[in-house]
Amino acid sequence: MMKKQRLVMRTVVLLLLLAAVGYTIYANFFTEKTEIKVGATAPDFELTDLNGNTHRLSDYRGKGVFLNFWGTWCKPCEREMPFINEQYKAYKKQGVEVLAVNVGEPKLSVQKFVDRFGLTFPVVIDREDQVMNAYEIDPLPTTFLIDKNGKIQAIITGTMTEEKVKQYMESIKP
Amino acid sequence: MEQVKCECGHVNPYGTAFCEACGKPLEEVEKPLLDMRYEGSARRSQTYNKTVIDKIWNFFSSVKVGVWLIVITLIASAIGTIFPQKMYLPPNVTPAQYYEDEYGWAGKLYYELGFDNLYGSWWYMLLIALIGVSLVICSLDRVIPLYRALNNQGVTRHDAFLRRQRLFSATKIEDARLLEAIKERLAKRRYHIREENGNILAEKGRFSRWGPYVNHIGLIIFLIGAMLRFVPGMYVDKVLWIREGETKEIPGTNGEYFLKNEKFTFETYQKGKENAVFNAAIDRVGSGMVAKTYETKAVLYKRVGPVIAGEEPKLKKIKEYKIRVNEPLKYDHYALYQVDFKLNELKSMSFALIDKQTSKSFGMITVDLLQPKESYDLGNGYRVELLSYFPDFYFDDDGNPNTKSRVPNNPAFVFKMYAPDKPKGEVSFVAIRQTIEPFGNNKYKMAFAGIDTRNVSALTVRRDFTLWVLGIGGAVFMIGLIQGMYWNHRRIWLKQTNGEVWLAAHTNKNWFGLKREIQAVIDGTGITMPIDQAEIAKKAQGGDEHGTA
Amino acid sequence: MVQLSSTLLYIAFVLYLIGTFFFGGTIRDKKEGRKTTRWATIGIVITIVGFISQLGYFITRWMAAGHAPVSNLFEFTTFFGMMLVAAFIIIYFIYKTAILGVFTLPVALLVIAYASMFPREITPLIPALQSDWLKIHVTTAAAGEAILAVSFAAGLIYLIRVVDQSKPSKRTFWLEFVLFCLITTLGFVGVSSAFAIADYEAKFQWIDKNGKKTEAIYELPALVGPHKGTLEKESKDRLQPLVEMPAVINAKKLNTVIWSLFGGAVLYVLLRLVLRKRVAAAIQPFVKNVNLDLTDEISYRAVAIGFPVFTLGALIFAMIWAQIAWTRFWGWDPKEVWALITWLFYAAFLHLRLSRGWHGEKSAWLAVIGFAIIMFNLVAVNLVIAGLHSYAGS
Repeated sequence: MMKKQRLVMRTVVLLLLLAAVGYTIYANFFTEKTEIKVGATAPDFELTDLNGNTHRLSDYRGKGVFLNFWGTWCKPCEREMPFINEQYKAYKKQGVEVLAVNVGEPKLSVQKFVDRFGLTFPVVIDREDQVMNAYEIDPLPTTFLIDKNGKIQAIITGTMTEEKVKQYMESIKP
Repeated sequence: MEQVKCECGHVNPYGTAFCEACGKPLEEVEKPLLDMRYEGSARRSQTYNKTVIDKIWNFFSSVKVGVWLIVITLIASAIGTIFPQKMYLPPNVTPAQYYEDEYGWAGKLYYELGFDNLYGSWWYMLLIALIGVSLVICSLDRVIPLYRALNNQGVTRHDAFLRRQRLFSATKIEDARLLEAIKERLAKRRYHIREENGNILAEKGRFSRWGPYVNHIGLIIFLIGAMLRFVPGMYVDKVLWIREGETKEIPGTNGEYFLKNEKFTFETYQKGKENAVFNAAIDRVGSGMVAKTYETKAVLYKRVGPVIAGEEPKLKKIKEYKIRVNEPLKYDHYALYQVDFKLNELKSMSFALIDKQTSKSFGMITVDLLQPKESYDLGNGYRVELLSYFPDFYFDDDGNPNTKSRVPNNPAFVFKMYAPDKPKGEVSFVAIRQTIEPFGNNKYKMAFAGIDTRNVSALTVRRDFTLWVLGIGGAVFMIGLIQGMYWNHRRIWLKQTNGEVWLAAHTNKNWFGLKREIQAVIDGTGITMPIDQAEIAKKAQGGDEHGTA
Repeated sequence: MVQLSSTLLYIAFVLYLIGTFFFGGTIRDKKEGRKTTRWATIGIVITIVGFISQLGYFITRWMAAGHAPVSNLFEFTTFFGMMLVAAFIIIYFIYKTAILGVFTLPVALLVIAYASMFPREITPLIPALQSDWLKIHVTTAAAGEAILAVSFAAGLIYLIRVVDQSKPSKRTFWLEFVLFCLITTLGFVGVSSAFAIADYEAKFQWIDKNGKKTEAIYELPALVGPHKGTLEKESKDRLQPLVEMPAVINAKKLNTVIWSLFGGAVLYVLLRLVLRKRVAAAIQPFVKNVNLDLTDEISYRAVAIGFPVFTLGALIFAMIWAQIAWTRFWGWDPKEVWALITWLFYAAFLHLRLSRGWHGEKSAWLAVIGFAIIMFNLVAVNLVIAGLHSYAGS
């Protein structure tokens, strides 16, 4: 009787310890420590594009949003821009919006870049890094695929091929 | 369940070395002295050893295993200091490359074994975790039986128990008042006295026996605090680079707080301006070589209304503060620390539009390097347009001017200069100490006319909700340590038997102090000073002192 | 004030030296033990006067500098020596053991002599050190280490008394090694002083780890040279380095270590030639009267007292300050790690002693190893491994 009780006690203590150790190791090595992760609601933001129109993310509910963070100096960003531009033409009609957030460069530089590639989607400038902070952007480019409910479907860092861009836009089609 | 009933009537758990109540040895041992370490109590782990759970339990409850874990951790920690850890490497180096370049094959091996991030490795963490497990189980396994034993101890002890204490004496003496006198003296020395049939148990400092368990609890709390670090939201660690005059969102605060950098100051110790006693030291390294102050004069703001990233925020001033090393700005669990700086970052550049031949100036323009304007009207038909701007200019692989970043480290401009005699304009590429005229010889030139700079301060943003847990853990640990180390548990037994007074004493540490105390207590009573049987035993072995019983 | 301060330190040093001889005088008294002899009384009085003098050095220097004089390696090490003497005085009054003075005071003397080999000027505080925690953390840590060092002195007495010198063994070897290390410290002091008196100086141009050209001035002939180092013109006639070090290793300091080993070896060999037996064997007759159990208890008691102080100063206060100055309470800086190692070691020591019954000689060996770890943290981590604490070693 006592013996059985003792075994139960020991098992419980050991399981608790195992759970604590397991959780620590798991949390440290296998999980993202940020709140910006797949499945979370994309933080809302409001930025102004080159033409002076404001864009608010929550206004795009019901549409898929292809949210791309980029800079003019970033070569991989430059490479994928034409692909995004091409695919945008096809998917705009299907309810996919592209928002390209420039990471706070002078309007002049951004405008030059937009003109050079003939970008047709809205390009907004995050002048004070607020949106960058909210999305915890580290490397450029980083693309967030946001579905019609405003949830993050995927986070892509690094450059994309045209094929990939197409695939991603397809995936967030409402 | 087997239990052992002692002749005194007390029922002891199986595995008890000597009776909890009277101290009669229950197991025959040959050693002349009793092992008092855990009061002879039955350590649970050593008595049940049947199931896998018991075996795991027993493994972790062993002090030997605990010490091995400590030693392994110690050695591993030492290995981590042979070469610098990854986090202390200079920025912009590839670790793989760096270790091999700097330390040759040894560095390469170090890197390949993963020692470059030793303290963050899974196995190091596992070692610490195992120490934690060992702490919990060792403590549980010992504290309960110890509590039982100390609680159940009787006043009248078995002869064999007394005789086999390290300090023991028997005196032929018959004087009833004698014990009263001793009792009084013991009480004066703050002994807690229990009496039974003319026998005495005087005890003090028992609480020090709980010291080890208290400090282990402190360590466990500390480890739990360290564990909480990995729970999302408990811990924020960001860096904010902020220029003088800028107001920026403080990262990690979810857009709630903003900071304005009013001024950044960097001071060094200058010869002649400081206390003269510092002159020799300043001379040795050179005047202006030793940093004196890093300070950011900052204003903290809180955003009013809902947080929408990117929106122009409405701000409410909260406080002004001079952030210095050792003096972080603290508010709402956040702390902002002065960690780095960059002096004299370019803010704006001025150029004069001049005639190359005559050097006559037609006006000046000032280009803001963060938000340059596109067009600058100088009047009288003179006008300058900024076609392209490269804040951190270099020539890329295709030979085109490009920028490395958005920071104005090395600005370059493509200007188009309009003059009454050049209505179509002339294009000029201007970088620092460099002017290129891509379309041939120009008449006009943008002549460099000056710069304006400002300092940039780097602040680390921290919020750590685990600190108070760690603080409690540390405090409890210290309390336990002091409790266990600075007090000791002393017991003196006096027993009247067959016309003799037997005196035996035990302490968990500081025998020297106990002996002195006994001497003072029995002084003049005629009771024989107990002899130290540990010393006798050793001398009997021929003076060989390799360890003691 | 500064002059007065250094004079007081000098006086303290001389008094400790004299005190050592008086404690040594007690050895001839057959009845060592509880009764204090006149020699011992004079010895402790001189030691206390020396301590007061050193306290005077500390206070006057504090007044002159405007901050606690524990901000560079000279000041810290001197303070450590002072705490060692203080710890000895306390233990002396508990146990009345003169022989402990014969071992502790020379260690303190070595520590202070070692300290004075570093730049002695009063240095202004860099921003990271401008905090009240400087005095709180450093003094507590030094006090803890000093008390632990008393444990070493007692352990050493125990070992010299106990280790069988009739035939060579592992134990005699390691005991000699410990003594050799102490002699090496003397070697360091000797070599450094000798070249300082001779005004030796060799200037090097070298490339530091950031690829910048830097100058290094060697006060000892360069056996190991700095990274891509070349002698400057005015030092053309100086010794060319035999080996060149990578940039992360401070070649100048390593050079000093090599010279100290060399000096120590010369001294040791000379001693052996004079004594014609192992150094420990030569000391053994002087300690033959010591009470082993008491020595063991002193050694353990010192750990029991010193461990909480060390924990408080070198870990807890250190963490609090690190949180304030460096934004994080723990960052795996080598100095921090070695404080942790020291702590883990003494934790193991206590467990082995309390739970596994490691008393006597085993415990004495552990006390010696513990002190070696403390010294490693004080000397090697400051001098050889570069880290955040390295400003303390300039």
